[in-house]
Amino acid sequence: MTDAILTRRTLLAATGALAAAGVSGIIVPARAQAVPATPSMRGGSNNYLPGAPIVERIGGGGFWMTGTVRRAGDGAPLAGQRIQIWAHTTEGNERDPWSHGATLTDANGAFRLEMPQIVPAFGQPHGHLAYDSGDFKTVFLRPVMDSASDTSLHADFVLQPA
Amino acid sequence: MAIQTFPRLRNFLVWGAIALSIAVPLGFAATSPLLAWRGPAYIVAGLAGVIAMALLLVQPLLATGHLPGLAGPRGRRAHRWIGGILVLMVVFHVAGLWITSPPDVVDALLFASPTPFSVWGVVAMWAVFATAVLAALRRRLRPLSWRRAHTALAIVIVAGSVVHALLIEGTMETISKAVLCALVVAATLKAVADLRTWPGRTR
Repeated sequence: MTDAILTRRTLLAATGALAAAGVSGIIVPARAQAVPATPSMRGGSNNYLPGAPIVERIGGGGFWMTGTVRRAGDGAPLAGQRIQIWAHTTEGNERDPWSHGATLTDANGAFRLEMPQIVPAFGQPHGHLAYDSGDFKTVFLRPVMDSASDTSLHADFVLQPA
Repeated sequence: MAIQTFPRLRNFLVWGAIALSIAVPLGFAATSPLLAWRGPAYIVAGLAGVIAMALLLVQPLLATGHLPGLAGPRGRRAHRWIGGILVLMVVFHVAGLWITSPPDVVDALLFASPTPFSVWGVVAMWAVFATAVLAALRRRLRPLSWRRAHTALAIVIVAGSVVHALLIEGTMETISKAVLCALVVAATLKAVADLRTWPGRTR
């Protein structure tokens, strides 16, 4: 029967494809990028103000934005990278200049910046972060808080050379 | 004992129930703690959205003449007026959001927003505007075409607005918002069933 032949053919083809995938699966990872670059998130750059100053703290503080910056490929931590942060908080909306501030990563590629409590705006409690210094490709992130009562938010950057 | 035996009591209860289903969510939204951290344009935008949702409860009841004292032509006239106010509320809603954060509104209008609820809201917005245009051209349409088009758009408006509202974490209180949305859906389904717009059913 034609059906039976087709089925057998399909099975053979599928088995072959699976075997090929399995073999290539063993060979390829050695050359693959172990740590892929972080893509910009939709809406991440909304209300971005280029050149926000490096600050000790945005406004009165009480909320922590934390994260890491690493290099694509080997995943090495990147020290001294400038990350800009802004959000709609208890002290201002995203368009207010005083809602914006920047900080630098430490030797371990980590950053943390204190800022006012983020409050829900445009339907979600969310923050904005930007890497936009030129050495690597620009990345805009827009992480959303699990709960509006959270007092911290985390975002990780993996950057690729510009 | 059937409540129909006491028409005044029935009228009082119907209007009371509607007033309550609108006043409770509106009251919560108007006193939301989030308002303390919002500018006037954003506050107006949010409340215009809540009022628009409340009007979506009244519209199907007016269309089917279920509101005491507003049956027949009076009800339909009120339905047209409230339709106009609904368009105005949607305009206030979008304009207020635009003033507050232009890029977020541009993303929403271009269907490029990271927030799924904005797609539902924008679709409902276009359905409201399309209904207004259609209503203006109503006399040029065959009555059955008009009714079918209006019913289809009304379903899009209600479905879009309800999903839009439910997905948003904003000034509306969760339970009163869900109750209002459920009532809007129920009133719309009842009106669509009562008005028998679709073929295959005898009048």
